[in-house]
Amino acid sequence: MQAALARASLRPAFATAARPARAFASSATRAQAVPADKPVLEKTFKIYRWNPDEPDKKPTLQNYTIDLNQCGPMVLDALIKIKNELDPTLTFRRSCREGICGSCAMNINGQNTLACLCRIDRDSKDSKIYPLPHMYVVKDLVPDLTLFYKQYKSIEPYLQNDNPPADREFLQSPEDRRKLDGMYECILCACCSTSCPSYWWNQDEYLGPATLMAAYRWMADSRDTYTAQRKEKLQNEMSLYRCHTIFNCARTCPKGLNPAAAIAKIKLELATE
Amino acid sequence: MIVARTVGLGAALRRSALVSQTGRPLALRNVLSKRSIQTQSLPPSAEEQILNSQRLKRPSSPHFTIYQPQLTWIASIANRVTGVGLSVLLYGYALAYLVAPGTFDSAHVIEFVAGLPDAVKYAGKTILAAPFAFHSWNGLRHLSWDMGKFLSLKGAYQTGYAVLGLTAVTTVGLVMM
Repeated sequence: MQAALARASLRPAFATAARPARAFASSATRAQAVPADKPVLEKTFKIYRWNPDEPDKKPTLQNYTIDLNQCGPMVLDALIKIKNELDPTLTFRRSCREGICGSCAMNINGQNTLACLCRIDRDSKDSKIYPLPHMYVVKDLVPDLTLFYKQYKSIEPYLQNDNPPADREFLQSPEDRRKLDGMYECILCACCSTSCPSYWWNQDEYLGPATLMAAYRWMADSRDTYTAQRKEKLQNEMSLYRCHTIFNCARTCPKGLNPAAAIAKIKLELATE
Repeated sequence: MIVARTVGLGAALRRSALVSQTGRPLALRNVLSKRSIQTQSLPPSAEEQILNSQRLKRPSSPHFTIYQPQLTWIASIANRVTGVGLSVLLYGYALAYLVAPGTFDSAHVIEFVAGLPDAVKYAGKTILAAPFAFHSWNGLRHLSWDMGKFLSLKGAYQTGYAVLGLTAVTTVGLVMM
């Protein structure tokens, strides 16, 4: 304590002389603090492969081992590293790398999620990567989403109102606007629909959680006047009622949305109208 | 230069020019490098045919065999299986009674069960009680969802664990009866 005080009192006197020396000392310690090369942390990714040019070969899992300390933190970083350095034929969709485009949706360690939002487990266990479940595979991790998009189109996902205000935009109260929160954020990555067992077995007729939540997003919109027609379209055995409130959709949504609740609300509205 | 640009060599020529300025030999490789992948020119009409021939052979990606076991869908499957099991038992017994009322009336059933050893009695009771308890409680869970309650993910999990707990307690209670 006394030594510290003494040093403090000396400081003004030696200030000019001491500064270069101290600067040198601190830069020297900083140079020493730089760690040596990070140790190699190997991790194996088992990735689903199927090539349309060799359609008779069965799909396989291919192993790729990379050093996690030479790779970004997310699964998408690992995939890009593998594609750049190990195997340029590995095929997957990606675009924004920040969870807003929905391109890199895939099944990682048994759960559907976006590769760009999914951290790599830094343990020594192998990581398994499959395309979205129960979808036709175009190549490797790229599923055919044609039907998914057609279903989305079928619910007419746009504002319909026969009497738009003549001279200004539609107005909406803050309460009405809040009804859309938790639904409008959907990026249509198809994680929820392809996690749904009902959708696996009946995707030719059942619309699936993503499309149904989009349908409810427009039913709940105070500016849309076609709610009755939208409900009428769902009033059949297959389109809506194949939902058995399993909640896989809400469990897997990488955006934290809840399609199961939206579908339950459609059912309730159809039952009580 | 315009020719170079239209042919698409602009970047390569520029790079080789830069290299020669710094005193190193001209990097002709950049200009003369061959593409390792050969492409084939096809009319647009061929596109659909290729796509359709690929579509015929596309595999379906794996699903429940690779999906992580979660309370959500495991409970749903269990609900279905227990429901089917209980229905088969009910309809099977009713039909059997219709066919052979002499063999399947209450008196004969009681007599048959009374003659079984204790271990078989308790095992049989558990096998009947557990699916009945689970299916009943989970049915209430579904009714609450249909009324708009517990519709969050948290609600789904809390009610799921509650159903499992109640099933265990009820099964023990029914087996002890």
